[in-house]
Amino acid sequence: MSGEPLVEVRDLVKHFPINRGIILQKQVGAVHAVDGVSFDVMRGESLGIVGETGCGKSTTARLLMRLLDPTSGVIRFEGKDVAKIPRRAFKPFRREIQMIFQDPYSSLNPRKTVGAIIAEPFAIHGLNKGKGERRRAVQELMDLVGLNPEHYNRYPHEFSGGQRQRIGVARALALQPKMIIADEPVSALDVSIQAQILNLLRDLQRDLGLTLILIAHDLSVVRHMCDRVAVMYLGKIVEIADSDTLYRHPRHPYTGALLSAVPVPDPELASRRRRQVLGGDVPSPTNPPPACRFHPRCPKAQDLCHQQEPLLEQKPGGSVAACHFPLSDAEAAERVATAEPV
Amino acid sequence: MTSTIDLARESSSEAEVSGIAARTPLELFWRRLKQDRVAMAALVFILLLVAVAVLAPLLVKLTGQRPPNDQSTKFLDEFGTPTGPTSENWFGVDPLGRSVFSRVLYGARVSLEVAIIATAASVAVGVVVGMTAGFFRGFVDTVLSRLIDVLLAFPILLLALGLAAACSLGNGCLGGLIKPGLTVVIFVIAFVNWTYIARIIRGQVLSLREKEFVEAARSLGASNGRIIFREILPNLVAPIIVYSTLVIPQNILFEAALSFLGVGVQPPNPSWGAMLADATEIFDTAWWYMVFPGVALLLTVLAFNLLGDGLQDALNPRVERST
Repeated sequence: MSGEPLVEVRDLVKHFPINRGIILQKQVGAVHAVDGVSFDVMRGESLGIVGETGCGKSTTARLLMRLLDPTSGVIRFEGKDVAKIPRRAFKPFRREIQMIFQDPYSSLNPRKTVGAIIAEPFAIHGLNKGKGERRRAVQELMDLVGLNPEHYNRYPHEFSGGQRQRIGVARALALQPKMIIADEPVSALDVSIQAQILNLLRDLQRDLGLTLILIAHDLSVVRHMCDRVAVMYLGKIVEIADSDTLYRHPRHPYTGALLSAVPVPDPELASRRRRQVLGGDVPSPTNPPPACRFHPRCPKAQDLCHQQEPLLEQKPGGSVAACHFPLSDAEAAERVATAEPV
Repeated sequence: MTSTIDLARESSSEAEVSGIAARTPLELFWRRLKQDRVAMAALVFILLLVAVAVLAPLLVKLTGQRPPNDQSTKFLDEFGTPTGPTSENWFGVDPLGRSVFSRVLYGARVSLEVAIIATAASVAVGVVVGMTAGFFRGFVDTVLSRLIDVLLAFPILLLALGLAAACSLGNGCLGGLIKPGLTVVIFVIAFVNWTYIARIIRGQVLSLREKEFVEAARSLGASNGRIIFREILPNLVAPIIVYSTLVIPQNILFEAALSFLGVGVQPPNPSWGAMLADATEIFDTAWWYMVFPGVALLLTVLAFNLLGDGLQDALNPRVERST
């Protein structure tokens, strides 16, 4: 991992307007899906983004892919700001960033052969023009992701879920991108197949030198796959750290609560741990709580948390967390089986 | 790299075990349709009907029947009542002494012409409007959907009668573009019917455009045009085919109704609807004049409806059937 960032994201915001009225529409509010997110992705690293449903993980991914236009903020890809350029001008960048989608059943067009699906990036970008050349390129990709190249002419419905996800991976690799964003690539698959796809992604990342952003809600998947992990809550990053650091000394109480929910296979270890259950629901992103967004559910919240928004800053142990009163080693150990004192 | 390729061998063997040869969706659809005997019978009947319509002049000549507009008082009795089926006139004659057999055959031409041209026109307009509204949503959708609502609120038969009556005189409407007779009927049907298919297509597109494969195409850099024609349109083929076959019998009946009411096909051209209208007055003395065109109309409409049902089942195999 070289120290140079491939992607820099600064204060990225996406608000979805809520409109009322049929002809004369009026904006009556906004869903604050992503609300001021900043992070760097280093060349060649794998960054995990975790969080509950609706915390803005997928929206962040779609903003990076320019499938959605950001409300404000900066996305620098290799130093160039691509957040505000017109979509047409973004087309060359699509060769550098590709996406793997969550649902392998709806992400492949049922009316196209696998060969046509994987060749689509070539057709769109005018690459590998010759028929034989294109076919050979597609078959190499199929071989690379573990599909039989002879199944070139089959339709998606003839493949299993795991194989379909491999087709999605092959399509994402076709343009030889520098970065791949995988939006919950295994959450629609059986556990036995999940490992296959994750190992494939990890091997490909290593062999092809890819940068990977992995979005997931399964913490063990992220730990297995990622060098660094960002934890999101209600449209903001609350903690970001190296994988080991995060799992050993979580500093944000929300990270602590998430990690305490991970099942522990060792009953002895499990009995020593206190399961922390958060009260209440995630507040509505149309009207997020002021100051620290986690304060209504936080066991450590004090007056300051209602008044002043905590900034992301270095905490003892190496994590960067946004919290006025981070977890101590003892509190972390109580909640998290993998915790260790600093 | 070896590890990935090893993995490759492992997982691809899963598919080989199943041993299913690659079949296109078209082949699968045809296999399912072939098992549906009713739909196949309907399909055969329709193919025969098309052959009859195309070869009508030849068939009339071969069977030795008189051409459809050949009038003759020879086959009327002294009170002007037409004679029934004989070896000379298989289906009897009409009050002008014309052969009902030839007129029924030629009537098939009118019915199929209307069915095909009017349906094609309404499907073409409906698909374009529906896809535009569904894909671009927003203001475009609002305008088009309200236009469709307005057209659907029209009393169709009255509109058709008015249009047909207005265009049946002299040189027709729109500077002679819509001439009296068949073109009026086709125009009226297309004008009214595109709204239904536009609504269906709009709904389908609204759901398809949110599918991940559309998002995947967009993330690869595909243009709107490419997404519409290459990603969404192929998924609309099934509903378009099914809806077209179900709309054809409606259009045939509509033509018959307009001709029955006297604003459709103009005499002396033969039309099943016009024949039925003429036959009502003399039904008690000349049953054949109503029965033969009536049966032809009934069987045609029934065949298209049954074929439409069969196509729907064959194209949507997920819908369970009780048989």
